[in-house]
Amino acid sequence: MSTITEKIFSRKIGRDVSPGEIVIAPIDIVYFQDGTGPLGIRVFKKFAQGVFDSSRVHFFIDHAAPPPRKELANDQAFIRRFCKETNATLHDINEGISHQNIIERYAEPGYIIVGADSHTCTSGALSAFATGVGSTDAAIAMATGTLWFRVPESFRIEIGGKLERGVYSKDVILYVIGKLKADGATYKAVEFHGDVIKELSMDARFTITNMVVEMGAKAGLIPVDDKTLKYLQEMRGKKNFLMLNPDNEADYEKEFFFDGEDIPPGVAAPHNVDNWKPIDDVEGTLVNQVVIGTCTNGRIEDLRIVASILKGRRRHDNVRLLIVPASSRVYNQAIREGLIDIFINAGAQILPPGCGPCVGIHAGIPADGEVVISTQNRNFKGRMGNPNAEIYLASPATAAASAITGKITDPRKFL
Amino acid sequence: MVILRGRAWKFGDDISTDHIIPGRYYHLRSNLPELAKHVMEDADPEFAKKVKPGDFIVAGKNFGMGSSREHAAIVIKLAGVSAVIAKSFARIFFRNAINNGLPVIIADTDKIDNGDELEVDLDKGLIKNLTKRIEIKIQPLPKIMIDILKAGGIVEYIKKHGKLPVETK
Repeated sequence: MSTITEKIFSRKIGRDVSPGEIVIAPIDIVYFQDGTGPLGIRVFKKFAQGVFDSSRVHFFIDHAAPPPRKELANDQAFIRRFCKETNATLHDINEGISHQNIIERYAEPGYIIVGADSHTCTSGALSAFATGVGSTDAAIAMATGTLWFRVPESFRIEIGGKLERGVYSKDVILYVIGKLKADGATYKAVEFHGDVIKELSMDARFTITNMVVEMGAKAGLIPVDDKTLKYLQEMRGKKNFLMLNPDNEADYEKEFFFDGEDIPPGVAAPHNVDNWKPIDDVEGTLVNQVVIGTCTNGRIEDLRIVASILKGRRRHDNVRLLIVPASSRVYNQAIREGLIDIFINAGAQILPPGCGPCVGIHAGIPADGEVVISTQNRNFKGRMGNPNAEIYLASPATAAASAITGKITDPRKFL
Repeated sequence: MVILRGRAWKFGDDISTDHIIPGRYYHLRSNLPELAKHVMEDADPEFAKKVKPGDFIVAGKNFGMGSSREHAAIVIKLAGVSAVIAKSFARIFFRNAINNGLPVIIADTDKIDNGDELEVDLDKGLIKNLTKRIEIKIQPLPKIMIDILKAGGIVEYIKKHGKLPVETK
């Protein structure tokens, strides 16, 4: 009786596998970003000639896009040359974040995906086994189309009941990480089930799987249902996909149950993602910068929620408000729906699709002593480029509400 | 395998790859010797100046959490650190370290303090704390990881054997 992860590996390898086994598995998609790609290419050139399948190898320039310094411009030119040489698929500075493009265009249920970026796990909401690896492992996958894995044990997390108004999937995953802690799921595949998960849109589900690495997990998976199918049919223009669900008696190493009604809007307070606090504990904390976007919460549904709060309102005078669509597709959709108008009128600065200020390279580095509230996935010391700043993580609604008041604010006041 | 000897530099739990090599040095990633001058900077700004070849980084649980940047493992190795000893590791860092031939050792680090002199015997699976005159057991690594470490990293392994270090059934 198998979990989703065991089914994926068994199907790919052609025999039943068990957790703990070390296997070589074929890779459906391998990708790099501009921070991990140059090292991956250099490692690759030490032992390989060509890439295994250029249509399955992707390079994204999303972290420092466009480049703020000559060193990074040179790194990006190096990536472009490699893509020309090998025919690997290049996604240049205009396309946005790797993970968002992978879910919009490439990932499918049952795929094994490796990316040289820790948030590769995002695609797990489509029932792909997607995991972040280092540049060297990604280089091996790019050369051979295979990689070795230890088949992970699985955890089952059920979120039952329903969410109250003003509570979003970001609040759910921050709460779960706060309970399990930063190493609570290390090396494990985490499956999400329950009525709350079923009710979530695909955009909201990606926020959940995006953050499983923040509790150490190797992958996060959500079973395929009608919503998954509808999303894939719309985005891929084809009809049939693998219907991946775990067996009823699948073996889980641990099972957790949470009740949606117990989850309030919440934040991860500085400097760790598992430092969860209910909104009541931090409300009123003054903020200097609000960031809305990233691979965690830069999708169209997130921007719609933010627009519904910002419409006809304006950011507080003491706050800088940065809004970053996750991909060019999301950006275009936001323009068509008039969301960008609302944001500009609310006093926001719109940044180009990409990772934006989340990694501390450019585009929104906080000053010493400043406080940032962001919809991103990490608040480690120094994360946004200044170790003397503090970062709170929250839902797009909480971030938008805080932009209006200039302090951390319960979004229910604006709904 | 050789016996490693050096002093312990002690850190706490949940040391992230942002502590090890902050994102603000992103532009130095293609210049590894320069990048390595900032190793552990957001955990201890003086570390790069103080560490000596052969020394150990000793930490609590979940060392190397966060981003997949392999540069974190590489700068630790370039700084001359002979091994990282922690109660547990985050998985991507753990694999990156092994792939680069940097020993990562799982052991109870409560009995190691900052400044202690250590001797590590990877074959015997033992840490000798010379300062405290005690021995600490190492949790054994899977064979595949020992094979990669012994080759000096996974690229060296592939060059030598022409294949990945695992048998297919």
